[in-house]
Amino acid sequence: MAAGVATWLPFARAAAVGWLPLAKKTMPKPPVDNSSRSDEILYVNVSGVRFQTWKNTLDRYPDTLLGSSEKEFFFNEETQEYFFDRDPEMFRHILNFYRTGKLHYPRYECIQAFDEELAFYGIVPEIIGDCCMEEYRDRKKENQERLAEDSEANEGTDAPLPPDSTSRERLWRAFENPHTSTMALVFYYVTGFFIAVSVIANVVETVPCRPPKGSVKDLPCGEKYQLAFFCMDTACVLIFTFEYLMRLFAAPSRCKFMRSVMSVIDVVAIMPYYIGLVMPENEDVSGAFVTLRVFRVFRIFKFSRHSQGLRILGYTLKSCASELGFLLFSLTMAIIIFATVMFYAEKGTKGSTFTSIPASFWYTIVTMTTLGYGDMVPNTIAGKIFGSICSLSGVLVIALPVPVIVSNFSRIYHQNQRADKMRAQQKVRLARIRMAKKGTTNAFLQYKEDRGLGDRDSDSTALCVKNRSAFEHQHHHLLHCLEKTTNHEFTDEGTYSELCMTDSVGFRTSRSTSLSSHQGAQNNSTGCCPRRARRRAAIRLANSTVSVSRGSVQELDTLHLKTTSIPAQTRSSLNAQGVNLKLNCGEQDFSAAIISIPTPPANTPDESLPPSPVPIPGILRNTRATTFTHETVKISSL
Amino acid sequence: MLHLLGVITVKDNADDDFEMTVVCHRPEGLDKLEAQTNFNKRELQVLYRGFKNECPSGAVNEDTFKQIYSQFFPHGDKWTDKCYASTYAHYLFNAFDTGHTGSIKFEDFVTALSILLRGSVTEKLQWTFNLYDINRDGYINKEEMMDIVRAIYDMMGKFTYPVLKTDAPKQHVDAFFQKMDKNRDGVVTLDEFILSCQEDENIMRSLQLFENVI
Repeated sequence: MAAGVATWLPFARAAAVGWLPLAKKTMPKPPVDNSSRSDEILYVNVSGVRFQTWKNTLDRYPDTLLGSSEKEFFFNEETQEYFFDRDPEMFRHILNFYRTGKLHYPRYECIQAFDEELAFYGIVPEIIGDCCMEEYRDRKKENQERLAEDSEANEGTDAPLPPDSTSRERLWRAFENPHTSTMALVFYYVTGFFIAVSVIANVVETVPCRPPKGSVKDLPCGEKYQLAFFCMDTACVLIFTFEYLMRLFAAPSRCKFMRSVMSVIDVVAIMPYYIGLVMPENEDVSGAFVTLRVFRVFRIFKFSRHSQGLRILGYTLKSCASELGFLLFSLTMAIIIFATVMFYAEKGTKGSTFTSIPASFWYTIVTMTTLGYGDMVPNTIAGKIFGSICSLSGVLVIALPVPVIVSNFSRIYHQNQRADKMRAQQKVRLARIRMAKKGTTNAFLQYKEDRGLGDRDSDSTALCVKNRSAFEHQHHHLLHCLEKTTNHEFTDEGTYSELCMTDSVGFRTSRSTSLSSHQGAQNNSTGCCPRRARRRAAIRLANSTVSVSRGSVQELDTLHLKTTSIPAQTRSSLNAQGVNLKLNCGEQDFSAAIISIPTPPANTPDESLPPSPVPIPGILRNTRATTFTHETVKISSL
Repeated sequence: MLHLLGVITVKDNADDDFEMTVVCHRPEGLDKLEAQTNFNKRELQVLYRGFKNECPSGAVNEDTFKQIYSQFFPHGDKWTDKCYASTYAHYLFNAFDTGHTGSIKFEDFVTALSILLRGSVTEKLQWTFNLYDINRDGYINKEEMMDIVRAIYDMMGKFTYPVLKTDAPKQHVDAFFQKMDKNRDGVVTLDEFILSCQEDENIMRSLQLFENVI
């Protein structure tokens, strides 16, 4: 509803008095309006900037936050104003929407920030006024494309494969991203080399060589050294066939792979050879066979797997398909027109080369593209005049779509540059972010230590405890609750991978070695199987099921934990290692992965009693390790 | 000389025309309006704020008026692009625009509202009579009434229940004249109108309905 309607409704209702004398039936009772009708000024405080507006202004749009009773949730009784902890600059635009009925999009603002504000205030972006709508749409599209690219780049390629991927997946990966493994890289370069060899061979075999003895005529090298070239061709085709079959085998979706452009090029590159093998040495057919050999030159397109620039060019042409189509169409039109004109202009001349309209096509094309071979030249004056018009118009028609194509190419090229740069920087970024995040998880493990310590020494606990904020306290308590709930503990990547290994090998032996590396004299082999050092296995937090304050969500998301294999049997050992642990915490890397270790039913881990026999946390079965699929935690909240 | 003057005046006219569209109309003072109407200051303020928001130039012309009024009723015919309520809005506009200036200013607006919402029964009936009397000759004849009634029926739009018969307006007008035209002279005068309405309890009752619109 337009803004004005609310204002004019009273007037329309008043005008209804004009119907009364004509009314056949009695009028219905008017609705009773209990709300206070008096207009008042509302105070809205947005992050300290006070806005004032009439209540009626806000009531114009009852389906938004400010127009409905939802704003009562933000009412501050003490200051008698509505307080919003949001951007005051953006709020200005929002409020102007209520006042004028038109929502404007500020060009200097980030599109996502603007969208978020609109979502918060319950305003649909579609009502942005016509003046700003185009700009908004363009920027939104650009932003979405950019994000899609970034996420694609992220998802790609450089993350390590999960350990349980099949050989097929690994093979596919090797093909798509050669720099992931050395073998793949070697294969990549080898195929590149052979493509080059094949193309050069194709070129060289047509070069005339010295004639063999006993002959005068110059022979092309291909015929002189027929066997050599044949062998080289065979070798190349074998390699290409092998590569194609391997790709076909490794492809996750074979149909899709077979339809893709690169695979079509591969097939076209190797088919002529096989067809040549199969074909008999027949005079009639060999003509066609010669044509087939032309297709061998398509091997050069295989280079596009190796060269990004070629791929970009391909994308550009694809995205400019409409402009190219237009160019083609307009050129065709112009060619036909001018060819007709030239033909009829030159018709009477003796010895004219313009024998027919199709023959004139050649002249028109050569002239419009400003080639001007000079094999066909107009002789009459009319012909010359039209010829000059033809060449002038040719320049214009060809020049028109070119800037569009160029700008598209430039855009795609820059996008690619950005993607590459981002990929390169990603690792550094991630590493630095991880380091920053280590603090929180450090804190939790430190807290756990301290609790252990605290059981013995209340003073130090108090000290440690003081240094943490209320938030941290609650957070740690929460994690603690989770540990108690699941009967497992938080640990870190190192320990987890150890656990994986030790499970497959044999629990006790490797553990003991690892343990012995950590601690000194104490070893836990105090008995048979039930006694084991408790491990704090890496536990993956359920994604954001914990509702904590926004700041902590980030930390939770990126909760990488350290795994430290601590001999669980004695807290004293823990104490002794307290310092070591801290150091370890500082260096090791975190991986947020939860392993649910099945605990033997009889035993319950009990951290608070240091010297009591610690039950065995249960063995990380190999199967379980493998079912733990690495949804590698991306630091998404950053 | 005259030519020069002519040129100058022509230019001035053009300028004047241009200025007329830009210049706002400002209403008379709040106190004066309060004295002239039955609204208090606060109500006038509220009314003016809404009015000014919709018409920053201070006056509503007929097209805008029609547009505004049409928003409240079913939308018009897509093919002929005619709003159903536009005919009645035209008559309303004339009723509001007492000075026949072609545009409704805030004073006109408020005066009419004052009568319709806060006026006495006689004033309301008088205003209604003025509405019906299209040519302002003091008499309502059958043709005028037909136009008005047809316009009102048009506002209902195409989809009504029961289906609108073509002679429904005529029947309505005949019934109206039956009631209002006391001396059977084919026209209704103001006194006849007021008398007849005062006799009808329904009308009297419904006149009270719209008092608390603002």
